[in-house]
Amino acid sequence: MSESRNSGIGVLADNLKSIWCSFAGSFFRAGKPTSDMSRAAIMVNNFFLHIHSVKTHINSLRPGYTLGMGLISMFLCLITVGSGVALMVYYNPSLENAYNSVKDINFVVFAGRLIRNAHKWAGEGMIVFVFLHMARVFYTNSYKSGREFNWLVGVVLLGLTFMLNLSGYLLPWDQLSYWALVIVSNIMQSPKELTDSLGLTKYFDVGSFSKELFLAGLKPGKEALTRVYLLHVVFLPVILLVIIGVHFWRIRKDGGLTKPVNYAPKYDDIQYVIAPDKKGGIFTPNKTYGLMELAKGKTPAVNIDVEHSVLSWPNLLIAEAAVFMLCMAGVIAYSYYIDAPLKELANPMIPENPAKAPWYFLGLQELLSYSAFMGGVGLPTIALLGLALIPFLDREKDKVGIWFSGKQGKGVAIEALIVGTIVLVGLMAAVIAFGWFRTWWPDIPQIVITFINPGVIWVGFMILWALFVTGRTGSTRMGAIALFTMFLLSYLILTYIGTELRGPNWAFYWSKSQWPAH
Amino acid sequence: MSSEAQHKDTVITRREFINVAAIGAAFLSLAAVFAGLFRFLKPKVAYEESTKFKIGAADNFPVGVVTKFDEKGVFVFSSEDGLYAISCVCTHLGCLVTLTEAGFDCPCHGSKFNKDGKVVGGPAPRALPWLQISRSVDGSLEVDTAKEVSAGTIFKIA
Ligand code: HEM
Ligand code: FES
Repeated sequence: MSESRNSGIGVLADNLKSIWCSFAGSFFRAGKPTSDMSRAAIMVNNFFLHIHSVKTHINSLRPGYTLGMGLISMFLCLITVGSGVALMVYYNPSLENAYNSVKDINFVVFAGRLIRNAHKWAGEGMIVFVFLHMARVFYTNSYKSGREFNWLVGVVLLGLTFMLNLSGYLLPWDQLSYWALVIVSNIMQSPKELTDSLGLTKYFDVGSFSKELFLAGLKPGKEALTRVYLLHVVFLPVILLVIIGVHFWRIRKDGGLTKPVNYAPKYDDIQYVIAPDKKGGIFTPNKTYGLMELAKGKTPAVNIDVEHSVLSWPNLLIAEAAVFMLCMAGVIAYSYYIDAPLKELANPMIPENPAKAPWYFLGLQELLSYSAFMGGVGLPTIALLGLALIPFLDREKDKVGIWFSGKQGKGVAIEALIVGTIVLVGLMAAVIAFGWFRTWWPDIPQIVITFINPGVIWVGFMILWALFVTGRTGSTRMGAIALFTMFLLSYLILTYIGTELRGPNWAFYWSKSQWPAH
Repeated sequence: MSSEAQHKDTVITRREFINVAAIGAAFLSLAAVFAGLFRFLKPKVAYEESTKFKIGAADNFPVGVVTKFDEKGVFVFSSEDGLYAISCVCTHLGCLVTLTEAGFDCPCHGSKFNKDGKVVGGPAPRALPWLQISRSVDGSLEVDTAKEVSAGTIFKIA
């Protein structure tokens, strides 16, 4: 009787007494991760962790396999988003204030310079690491058996990474921003070079149309800055984040990362994983499987996978946290010592000489110096299409998950490096020494140069070489390795030439110290 | 084939028709939205200066002198026969060329032009445009950067 009389207040008092436990318990619903059951439950029940599977294959945890490149790209992306929002607090996208607000960020705002540097370097870092990640995926033969679509998603991410960087450096409205905007908008107009030659411009001037759409006028001005700003802070980042989400979702749906079919963990591999507790928990050897999803194609090799996988908590999460800390530390240290560039205020009357884009576009700028349309539109399109087509032209299903698909692939890659270096450096040396058609025959029609210039010849050579390798080895995978290696190589060599060997008027100089003073 | 089966093959059922019509309508409206989007993005007003600008009276241009109008990107040359104007906007990707002894040089990707603006090297696809010079009502001279004239057109200014 007395119990029921007290019950209301009594229960409340009990609840109050245990409030800390129940409060914390509502956050940590699975309890302390002391058993495999609770470690699994954490991964499943937490919104942010559930993009991971409960268990991870040991091969995916090997630093020597993924090199952590995809993760690094992702974390750098998060750092740019965070620092970017901070920059938006002070940046003002107007012709009058843009430059001054960036100066304020650099010189007045507390920690402003560090934040701006971090934004700049993490953004440029994304270019480096997305490239390296793509190379890792390519060389480990990880773009097939169901992953073709995710490779395409990746190519889109690569394009977005470049566009975000590009739109970013248009914002401070310094000399770099202004003249880059002039050049970019004229690249958009450059299909005119082709339509002019074919006499189509008067019917539909695609080039001028897209330029006008982008600049909202004929010259870079306040409307153009507004559009670039919107692209950089809303449109592109939202698309990038959503597509990264799709990328990760596909990794899960494609059955995790690739691994060699006959994978057996080596001693080194198990050194750094904490094996599941086989005695209790949900992963007993006689586990019965529930139906989670209907998947097309081969059924997952259930027994084998379970053999070589470990719980994601803590194994994968420790690895991810470590990579994240390295990224943060790297970006902050780099940003502490090295300042992001800021040139003089935009001056529409005087272009800089030489007017150079940031380093990652200087290979492209070198191609532009042969033909605006080919270098700025044609060849980049061919490169992106080529990358996108790789998984559809090479469908050999064996040796997935093995670096270079074995010894032969390593040989093909090294051979492509050597042959490519010789041919490309030779070609460039000839062009620098002797010029090109226009130097020899000033009256040559533009369309000839548009279609026959050093950039086109090099791309043609890469394709022929890949065909030759495919024929010789009887393997499309080997052809793909040759082509992709030459592609990476040409990005490097052209970027080097554009950065180090080009001076005022885009003329050739062995080093900056030889540039004429003016 | 029985005639009934044949009938089924050639006749569209009501359900099929409505399906196609509904999907078609959806795509058509989507296309309309996209077309509208392009029109929305294409500016109706441009906050830009007029392409025509005054350069002053003919006396400002003694024979043999080159005058550069920085803000407009135009060189005005004065020769024995009269005046002519050449644009200094590079026909490659829009940098501003500088005057040299042999003609014009572009700092961005190395295009070279001779004294008449003709391309002699580098990626520029076309010669530098020659521009129209006219006399405005108040007697001063005007250059219009949007009006190209054929190379070699010299305006006699009496
Ligand atoms: C913003 C850019 C990108 C981010 C943040 C990103 C992130 C990731 C992450 C975290 C992984 C897990 C494995 C790893 O870390 O290596 C992954 C896997 C993968 N990525 Fe990316 N990625 C990006 C761009 C690309 C690009 C440019 C490509 C190729 C064109 C690509 C293709 C793939 C493929 C096919 C996989 C699965 C690999 C496998 O199964 O082994 N990704 N990505
Ligand atoms: S803009 Fe003049 S050479 Fe490219």
